[in-house]
Amino acid sequence: MAEIKLLGLAHSYLGSPKVDSDYAIRPLDHTWPQGGTYALLGPSGCGKSTLLSIISGLLTPSEGKVLFDGQEVNHVPPEKRNIAQVFQFPVIYDTMTVFDNLAFPLRNQRVSEEKIRIKVKEVAEVLELTSLLRKKAKGLTADEKQKVSLGRGLVRDDVSAILFDEPLTVIDPHLKGKLRRKLKQIHKQFNITMVYVTHDQLEASTFADKIAVMYAGQIVQFGTPRELFENPQHTFVGYFIGSPGMNFIDAVLEGDFLVLGKDRLPIKKELASRLRSLSPQRLQIGIRPEFVRVAKQHHEHALHGKVLGVEDRGTYKILTVELGTHRIKARLDEDQNVPENEVLLEFPEARLKLYADSLLVEV
Amino acid sequence: MSLIMEHITKVVGGETHINDLSLNFAAGTFQVLLGRTLAGKTTLMRLIAGLDWPTSGRILANGVDVTGVSVRKRNVSMVYQQFINYPNLTVFENIASPLKLQKIDKSQIEGRVRATAVKLGIEPYLQRYPLELSGGQQQRTAMARALVKEADLILLDEPLVNLDYKLREELREEMREIFTLRKTLVIYSTSEPSEALALGGMTTVLHEGRVVQQGPTAQVYQKPTTALAASLFSEPPINLFSGQVAADEVTFDNQVHFPLNSDLKHLPTGHYLFGIRPHHLSLRPAHPHDLELGVTVDLAEISGSETFLHVKHRETDMVLHLEGVHQFEVDASLPIYLPTHKLFVFTPDGDLIHIPRSAAQG
Amino acid sequence: MQKVPNNNAWLLVLPVFGLVAFSAIIPLMTVVNYSVQDIFDQTNRYFVGLQWFRETLRSPSLHDALFRQFVFTLSVLIIEIPLGILVGLMMPSQGKGATLSLIILALPLLIPWNVVGTIWQVFGRADIGLFGWALNNAGIPYNYASNPSDAWLTVLLMDVWHWTPLVALLVYSGLRAIPSVYYQAARIDRASRWSIFRYIELPKLKSVLLIGVLLRFMDSFMIYTEPFVLTGGGPGNSTTFLSQSLTKMAVGQFDLGPAAAFSLIYFLIILLICWVFYAAMMHVGKEE
Repeated sequence: MAEIKLLGLAHSYLGSPKVDSDYAIRPLDHTWPQGGTYALLGPSGCGKSTLLSIISGLLTPSEGKVLFDGQEVNHVPPEKRNIAQVFQFPVIYDTMTVFDNLAFPLRNQRVSEEKIRIKVKEVAEVLELTSLLRKKAKGLTADEKQKVSLGRGLVRDDVSAILFDEPLTVIDPHLKGKLRRKLKQIHKQFNITMVYVTHDQLEASTFADKIAVMYAGQIVQFGTPRELFENPQHTFVGYFIGSPGMNFIDAVLEGDFLVLGKDRLPIKKELASRLRSLSPQRLQIGIRPEFVRVAKQHHEHALHGKVLGVEDRGTYKILTVELGTHRIKARLDEDQNVPENEVLLEFPEARLKLYADSLLVEV
Repeated sequence: MSLIMEHITKVVGGETHINDLSLNFAAGTFQVLLGRTLAGKTTLMRLIAGLDWPTSGRILANGVDVTGVSVRKRNVSMVYQQFINYPNLTVFENIASPLKLQKIDKSQIEGRVRATAVKLGIEPYLQRYPLELSGGQQQRTAMARALVKEADLILLDEPLVNLDYKLREELREEMREIFTLRKTLVIYSTSEPSEALALGGMTTVLHEGRVVQQGPTAQVYQKPTTALAASLFSEPPINLFSGQVAADEVTFDNQVHFPLNSDLKHLPTGHYLFGIRPHHLSLRPAHPHDLELGVTVDLAEISGSETFLHVKHRETDMVLHLEGVHQFEVDASLPIYLPTHKLFVFTPDGDLIHIPRSAAQG
Repeated sequence: MQKVPNNNAWLLVLPVFGLVAFSAIIPLMTVVNYSVQDIFDQTNRYFVGLQWFRETLRSPSLHDALFRQFVFTLSVLIIEIPLGILVGLMMPSQGKGATLSLIILALPLLIPWNVVGTIWQVFGRADIGLFGWALNNAGIPYNYASNPSDAWLTVLLMDVWHWTPLVALLVYSGLRAIPSVYYQAARIDRASRWSIFRYIELPKLKSVLLIGVLLRFMDSFMIYTEPFVLTGGGPGNSTTFLSQSLTKMAVGQFDLGPAAAFSLIYFLIILLICWVFYAAMMHVGKEE
C-alpha cells in the first residue's frame, strides 16, 4: 500500500529558476490516498510526465518533498521505491520468452524458482497471457507486449504503486477498450495504488476514481469525473473536459446582474457580493453545451444569438451560435429541430458557473 | 480536379491491399475516407497521389488517364500523420518551398505565404523553426505548405491522429473552413466515425480494401446499406445480434422473445440480423414496447459528459451510450431497455432490409 | 498498369560504369588471363590451363601463409570485438566528455597505414623505442626483430591499437540508438549491470556488431602495409600473411601466372566469407 504525498513540490530544469515559466512544475501540495486509481490528465507540456518521473524516482525534484506512507523518498532510487512503471512504448526483453520476461524481476530479487513459477502463472492468467508463456517476447503484438510490461510489475509482491505513462498510445483503437477493462480488473483484484498519465479525458475518466487535472505545471483540480464535469474549479478544467468543452463568455457585474454585451442575466445576491469583494480583473461565465437550452418563447433573460451552423454528429447535433463577440455551442438531441437564423438561448441558473480570473466562484 | 478510379486493385507481396475498388469524386468536394487501420486508406491515398502504382485499374484526373504518371507531374499536396516539415528551414521558408519550386516570382511568394499563415493561425511563428513549435503548430505549418500551392488535389492522411484530443477537436473545426476551396478536391482519411461526422462532406467507408458504402456523410450514417457499414460507421459500433422471426415473434439468444410490432410485421419467417444503436438503449423504459433485458456490467467508459456502458446479456455483448456521467460497478446486474421500434433489420449476410422509422424520415 | 519506364537514368550510370570497368573489371580480367598462362616475358607466353591453380593449392608455403592469416584474423577478432564493446560502453553518452572521447578514439583511424607501421616499428625497438626499452629494462626480454612470438605480439598490439576504435565507434553509435525507456524499465526491474548488458544492450547491438565483425574480418584478412613496415614479414616468415606472400610471388619473383592464380583464390575466399556474413545479416535484419 502506498499513500503518496507531495509537499511543496516543484521542479525546474534550470539551475536557478526565477519566474513561473522557468518551472516545469510549480510548487504544489497533493496527496494520493492509498489503493485508489488516479489519473494525471493534461495537455502536452503541462508537466504530467515530469511529475510521474518524480514519483517513480527517475527524476529528483529540485524543490520540495515526495513522501511514501509518510517517509521522505526524494533520494531513494526507483529500484528501492516499491513501484512499477508501464511506459508509452512497450518495453520487453526481446531475447527472452514471455515467461522469462515475467520472471525477470523476481530472478533479480533471487526468489526461488518454485515461487517464481507460481507467481508467473498467476499473473499470466489474470492478463490472459498463459498461452503465450513459451513464446519469444519479440513476436508479440503491441498490446500483448504492454501486458507483459504490466505483468512484470504485478509479479512483485513488494509493489505498492503502479505508474502508467500513456500506456495505450501505440495500441490499436479497437483493442484499447479491452486493455482498459483489464486494468480495472487488475485494480480490483490486486488493490494497488495506480497512477495513470494521459492527455485523453476518456481514458482518464474511464480508468480513474479521481482525476488530477494539470495545467502549466499546476494541479488545478482533483476530483471524480463527475465533479470535474459538473463543477470545474478552473476554466481550464471546464475547457478540457467534455467534448466540446465549456462555453466561456466575458461579463461585467452591474448590481445583481451580469452584463454580456446587450443581454443581462440575474444572479444570486450572495454571488454578486462575493464577486464585488473579489473584484477580479476578468469575469467569465461558463456553461456547458449540454446545458444550453434553446428557448421556446421570448422571455426577459433569454439571450439573442445568430445561428452560425449546425453539425450533425449522428447521435446529437452541435449548434454554433454567435452571441455578441463570442461563439457559443449548444448540444441538441438528434431529433431536435434547429432554428434557421435567429435563436433564443437560455442558461439555466443552476448550471451557470462564474469564474473570476479563471477560478470558480462559489458561495 | 475530379477523380475517377476504375477497378483499382493493389497487391503487395501476395496480400491484396485494395480490391477492385471504383470511386468517383467530383471537383471541389470534401471527401472523407473512413475505415479501420489497415482498411487500405493510406494505400489508396498513395495511389491517388501518384506515389505508387496500382496493380491493375485506371485513375483518371479531370478525365485524363494519369495512372502511370509520377507524383511530380500531378498537381497534388499531401499532409501526413507525422508532422513533416523541413527542420532546417523556418516556418516561412517551409511554406514558401513549394512556391519556390514552381519558380513563382519572389514578390508574390511573400504575400501568399503570409495570407496562408494567417488562415492557419501561425503568422506569429513565421520566423521560428518547426521543432521549436508545439505539435499542433507543426501540423498547421505542414497544412499551410499544402495549401499555399493551390493544388487541384489535397490529400490528408489522418493528420490529427498524433495530436492531443482537445487540439484535434479544435483543428477539426477549422478544417472544413480552411480546406473548402473552389476547384480543389480534398480527400481526408480517418479511422474515427465521430471525426467523419464532424467533418461532413461525403464519406466513403472502406473495409479490407473494398468500398462498403459511399455518399453524403449524414446519409451514410443514418441509412447504412449493410450491417458492416452500420458497425463501421458508428462509435461505439452498432449493437448487432442474430435472431429468428417466427409467427409474429422475434427470438434471440434462445431466450428472449418479443412480439413483432407494426413496422416489422411484414418480415417473413427466418433468421435475421438485428441492429440497435447504442444511444437508443437506455436505463429506463421510455416507450410502450420497450424490451427489458437483464445484463451484467463489463465496463463503464466515461468521456466528459457521456458514459459508454459495456454490458453482457448471456452470450451477447452490448454497448449503451448514456448521457451524463454514471458510475457502475464491474459485474453489477441491472435492467436495460431496448426500444423495438428502433431496430435495424439485416439479412444474415448483412444486407439491409429495414431502417427504423425516424431515421428513414431524416 | 505498370510504371511508365524512363530510360534516362541509364545515361547517368554510364560514366560510373566506365570508371568501374576501367579500374576494376578490366584489370580483373587481365588477372584471370594471366592465371592460365605461363609468362616469361612479353613475348613468351604459354597457355597452361589450370596448372597454376593446382600448384598453388598444393603449395606448402601457401598453406602456411593461409594458416598464419587465419590465426591472425581470429586473434584480431577475439581481442578487438570485446575490447571495442567495452570501450564503447565506457564512453560518456553526451556532453563535452563525449566529444573529447570521440576525437581521441578517432585519432588512430586517421593515421596513414604505413605511418602506423613505422610508429610501432620505432616504438618496439629495444634501443630507442619506449615500449621495447621499458620491457627490456623491466627484465622482460623482448625483441620483435629476432623473436617470432614477440613479432606476433607486436603486430597484434599494433592492429588492436589501430582498429579497436572502429569497433568502439560502431558500438557507441549503436548504443545511442537504444531508447532510454529500456534502461528505466531495467532499473525498476532491479536488473544488474550485467543483465542490462546481456538482455538489452547486446541484442540491440546485434546488427552493428555484425558490421563490425565483417569489416574487421575483411580488413585483417587482407592486411599488408602495417605488418610489412613493422616486421617485413619476419623474422623469417613468421609474420608473413597471405597478401605479403602473394606480393612476394608476383612482384619479387615476377611469377605472374601463379601470382594471378593465387590472387584469384584469395579473392574467392574473401567473397565466400563475405557472402556468409551477408546471409547472416539478412537473417538478423528479417528478425527485426
